[in-house]
Formats: sequence, structure tokens, C-alpha cells
Amino acid sequence: MADTSTDQGIPAPEGAHDLIETDYEIGQDNIETQIGPLGLDIHNPVFFISGLSIIAFVAYALVAPGQAAEFFGWLRPMLTSNFDWFFMSAANIFVIFCLLLIVTPLGNVRLGGVDARPDYSYLGWFAMLFAAGMGIGLMFFGVLEPAYYFATPWGDEPLGTVRPFTEDGALIAGNVEEARRMALAATSYHWALHPWAIYAVVALALALFSYNKGLPLTIRSAFYPILGERVWGWWGHVIDILAVFATLFGLATSLGFGAQQANAGMEYIYGVPNTITVQVILIVAITIVALISVLRGLDGGVKRLSEINMGLALLLLIFVLFAAGAATILTEFVAGIGAYFREVVPLSMPFGREDDGYRQGWTAFYWAWWISWSPFVGMFIARVSRGRSVREFITCVLIIPSLVCVLWMAVFGGAAINDMVANPGTSAVIANVIETYSPELSLFAMLESLPLAAITSTLGIILVIVFFVTSSDSGSLVIDTITAGGKIDAPVPQRIFWCTFEGLVAIALLIGGGLGALQAMVISTGLPFTVVLLLICYAIVRGLMSERALLKSTPPASPAE
Amino acid sequence: MFSKIMVPVDLGHADKLGKALGVASQMARNSGAEVVYVGVTGSAPTRVAHTPEDYAAKLDAFAAEQAETGGHAAAGHAMVSHDPATDLDASLAKAAEETGADLVVMATHVPGAFDAFGPNHGGALARHSKISVFLVRGA
Repeated sequence: MADTSTDQGIPAPEGAHDLIETDYEIGQDNIETQIGPLGLDIHNPVFFISGLSIIAFVAYALVAPGQAAEFFGWLRPMLTSNFDWFFMSAANIFVIFCLLLIVTPLGNVRLGGVDARPDYSYLGWFAMLFAAGMGIGLMFFGVLEPAYYFATPWGDEPLGTVRPFTEDGALIAGNVEEARRMALAATSYHWALHPWAIYAVVALALALFSYNKGLPLTIRSAFYPILGERVWGWWGHVIDILAVFATLFGLATSLGFGAQQANAGMEYIYGVPNTITVQVILIVAITIVALISVLRGLDGGVKRLSEINMGLALLLLIFVLFAAGAATILTEFVAGIGAYFREVVPLSMPFGREDDGYRQGWTAFYWAWWISWSPFVGMFIARVSRGRSVREFITCVLIIPSLVCVLWMAVFGGAAINDMVANPGTSAVIANVIETYSPELSLFAMLESLPLAAITSTLGIILVIVFFVTSSDSGSLVIDTITAGGKIDAPVPQRIFWCTFEGLVAIALLIGGGLGALQAMVISTGLPFTVVLLLICYAIVRGLMSERALLKSTPPASPAE
Repeated sequence: MFSKIMVPVDLGHADKLGKALGVASQMARNSGAEVVYVGVTGSAPTRVAHTPEDYAAKLDAFAAEQAETGGHAAAGHAMVSHDPATDLDASLAKAAEETGADLVVMATHVPGAFDAFGPNHGGALARHSKISVFLVRGA
């Protein structure tokens, strides 16, 4: 750092810090006790209120499933239809904010202080943030979304683009290229810069206020510049409880749906019966592997599993790339990036559009979803990002995952579209995405069009399961840290509790119904969190400016400041 | 008899380590050994310290204090772990190697939540360690 810096001088000796002065002592509200052989170190009241209210909501969904489904089934689309402009404007602000941080001098600030060294190598770091951040979605939507936009008969075309098929399913050759280009651009739009900017904002705030400002590693710390000492009271409790709530329900409902997807895939390929029993067994198995992972810790469990996961995903990606014709698909990738950059501005325009089906049904839904996940993913990214400069952090959290996502979508979506165009009458993708809408089968339908389908589909099912494990274990770590008041060294039994609890909630909702209702509830939390994220941007600028001032305040040798 | 004694300490619960600290000091005086106090911390802020550097400084100060009251040479040795709750055993084993200690004196059964120095950790260190490990029960 010192020998590359030019005009900013040499950082003050002993790695100066500009810690926030507060009377709050980390863990001061914690209850430390011993129950039998188990030690406990939990934040009061965050631990109890979040635990009990989660039980209460599960009970509500189980006791009055119809009412819960009706209410949240109404609430979620109501929010995404009426506030689509708000979600989209906010997401645009996050992208611009992050890009500005890269190019301004604020990007020089280093997370953890001027002398901090990165905790993880690029590979391990990247594998972890990717596996926690969106892994499973790539499996679920990689084929579904491009195929859907390409051939939707329901009027959900992005920007009202052309349709490649006539009413009775015949191909209109002249429209194929344009429809394909728009399908890939519209998919990439949901998976590239915008979601990662949302994660980056939360992660940056947490890392900054924790590593540079000395506040506990918990969501409320990001609000210190706005709320001051009040973050240690009920304001902060509510923020942390909401974050635990969104994280646990987000994970549990995805776990329930993920078990259904894996089971559907197993039925499609091996004829394994698609029953609740099989799905419960899957959830139990996923939870057990996640438990082993959290018991082995961040390095021995979570990181290793994320790397295995990355390796497997890469294997599948390379296979599809070559099986579907590497040359064409790579051309697609380049074309996909081109299309993305050409269309990203029109696609992110919040006003003056008529493609309600796409904009409200898909874009606003995605934005609410990413935002409701951001406390979890952001906190996990923060946990593993100490020692990176802000510029490096944003580049690696924003730009590189975006490129990987665009590539993934170009390969999987491109292969699916190729199949749809080549065999409009017999394509399994058309049958499972357009004729009967079975999103959980879309990936397997695409793999069927390529050689070695039995092997690759098995790999696909394994990946779905492993991606769940990597979300589940990192989620348990995050919830444990929040409910321990920001302590990362709380006793291990607490992570076992949260990991098991998450599996139990998923099983209860799977058996009793209510997965859909509670997932809709989680996504609904995206709206208030959007406001919160906008405030966080302000807090980040405040925090970074004081760090930047610290970087510039050097011995008298540099007269500038 | 020994030349370097390693004493794992939890700075957050240093008040509960009295007996082990006393045993270590006494043995150090008897054999003219140096005591190395080893602490394991994560990179996130804790009640004890805001940063790992801060933690290392506090550990050094703790060592200096022990040296003065105990009448023996002392040093601090901070270990930074990504996940201190699970990596403690490995960190302590590594610290034993890094410091070149020939004896470990370790408190067990620290009451309270941070189970870092519960019998499992002392036991795990003793099981895998090539050097002598003295587990001191009770405070």
C-alpha cells in the first residue's frame, strides 16, 4: 500500500484508526450462562424475540394456512406492482453508487485499516461470496428465465420485444435473433450489476463500521451514523430482529422449495416418487451436511464446501458449453455482454414503459427478493472481506460476479434457446417451460437435449443440494452472529441450534403448507429494506469520508491537507 | 526444567484464570523460564479489542503485567483466527509450535459462556501435543 500511494502520503504510524467513540461494550447486553455442558452467549432480547416470533409465524401459517396464503399472496404482488418504480430507481442508485466508489478516491480506503491484510485468497473469497449470494438461483433460473422471455406466450416480453413463434407454435425465423438477444439481456439484467450492487452496499457498510470503526459485526452497526447511540436500544433490536427474521425465513422457505425441486428432478430422471417423505428426507440430509459444515467452521467447512461447489458448477458449465457448441455459445456470451450493455439502460428505466408483465412481475419481484436477502448475504460477504480496499472490494463483489452470471446465463439460456429453435415441435424445454409451466424441471429439460443427460442431470441435482448446503451453513453463521450481539466466537451449540431450527421450520412448512405464504412475506420485507439500504448509502459515504481524511492526514511533508 | 511455558488465556475472562496463571508463574520462577501468553481472536471487533492489532497490544500489556507481579520474563503471542469458535484447538496447537514452548499450562472449566478453555480444548491439545501439557482445574 505504502509504495503504491502517490499523493495521499504515508498512512499514520501503527495503522491509525478512526474508531467510533461509543460507550457500548460489545456483548454488554448478552446473557452468558451454562446449561448443563452447553455454554450460551446470546443477545437479549434479539435472540429470544426472533426465535419466538419465528415460531409464532410458523404456527400462524400452519393454523390458518388459507388466511396466511391469501394475505401474503395479495401483499407481495401488490407491492411489486405498485412500487416497481421505487425498487427500480433504488437499484439503479445502488449500481451508480458502487461504480462511483470505484472511481473516486474513497475507493482507496482499506477495510480493516490501512495495514490490514486480506483474510482470504481471491479464489476462496470469491467461491464463498458466490455460493452464499446466488448459487441456487442460477440452477433454478439459468434455463427458465431466458427460455421464458424468449418464447413467452403470456405477454411478458421484456421491453415488448418481438416473438419468435406464431400463435400455433411455428417458428418465425426472422425474429429469432432479436428475441434471443433480448432474452439474454433481460435475464442478465436481473443477475448482474443490480443484485450485486445491492449486496455490495450492505456488505460494505457492515465491513466498514465493524472493521474500521470498531462496532460489533451486526446489522444495526451500519445505522450508527444515522441513529447514533440509539442503535444499541430498541431501534437496533428491531433492525437485528428483522434481519434474523428475513434470513431465517428466506433460507427455510428456499430450503423447502429446493427440496421440491430436487425431488422433481429425481422423479423426472430416476422415477423416484415425488412425495413429502422424500422431500423431508432431503431437508434432513441437507441440514445434516450443513451442520457438519458449521461445526468444522468457516475455513474447514464453509469455505471448503463453497470451493467444491464452484468446481462442480464449473464442470457443468464447461460441459454445457462444449456439448451445446462452444463456438456459438461463446459468440453468444460476447453478444450477451454487448446486448446487456446496450439494453441495461432501457431495461432499468423505471418510468414510461408498457411491459408490465416483465417489469412488475419479474424485475420488481427480483429486486424485492435480492433486497430481502441482502442482510444475510451482505453480512456474510462482510465477514470474509476484511483487508480488501474498497475499490478492490466493489470490483470483486460487483464486476466479476456479474460477468460470471452473464456467462452462465448465456451458456445455459443459450443452450435452451438453441434447443427450442432447432426442435420447436419436440423440445423438452418448450414442453416444460411454455406448454406446462414447470420451472423446477427447466434445467433438466435442457440437459436432456444434450448428450450424457443422465450423468449431467445427476450432477445438476447434486449441485442443487450442495448450493443449499452452502447457503444454509453461511446463513446459520450469520444468524448466530446477529443473535449473539455481533460476537463471532459465541459457543458452537448456538450455530447448531439455528441450523437445526431452519431445517425444522422448512419441514413444518413443507408438511403443513405455507411455504409460498411465508416466502411472499419475506419478499415483502424488501420494501422497507429498500428504504433502509438508501439510508445505508449515506452512512457509507459518511464513514468512508472520515477514513479518507485519516488516509490524507499525514505528517507535515504533504502540505495539501 | 522448562525454558518456555505457554499459557493460553481468554482476555475476556482473565479474572477466572487465577490458578493457572499462578501455577505458570511459579513454575517459571522455579526453572527460570519465560512465559508466553497466547490469545486467540477473530478479526471482528470483540468486547476486549476493536481490531486484531489492538488485541495483540492488550495481550502484550497483560503479559507485561504478569511479568511484573510474577517476577519472570513474559511475552504475548496473539493468534488471529477466521472462526475462533471452531478453530481454537488448531490455533493453540499452532501457537505451541510457533512459540517453541516446552510446556503448556492451561486452565480448564472456565465458567461462563466462552467455552474456549473447556476440558475439550485442553484435552485436545494434550492428545495431539508433543510437549507436556498441564491442565489446571478450577479457578
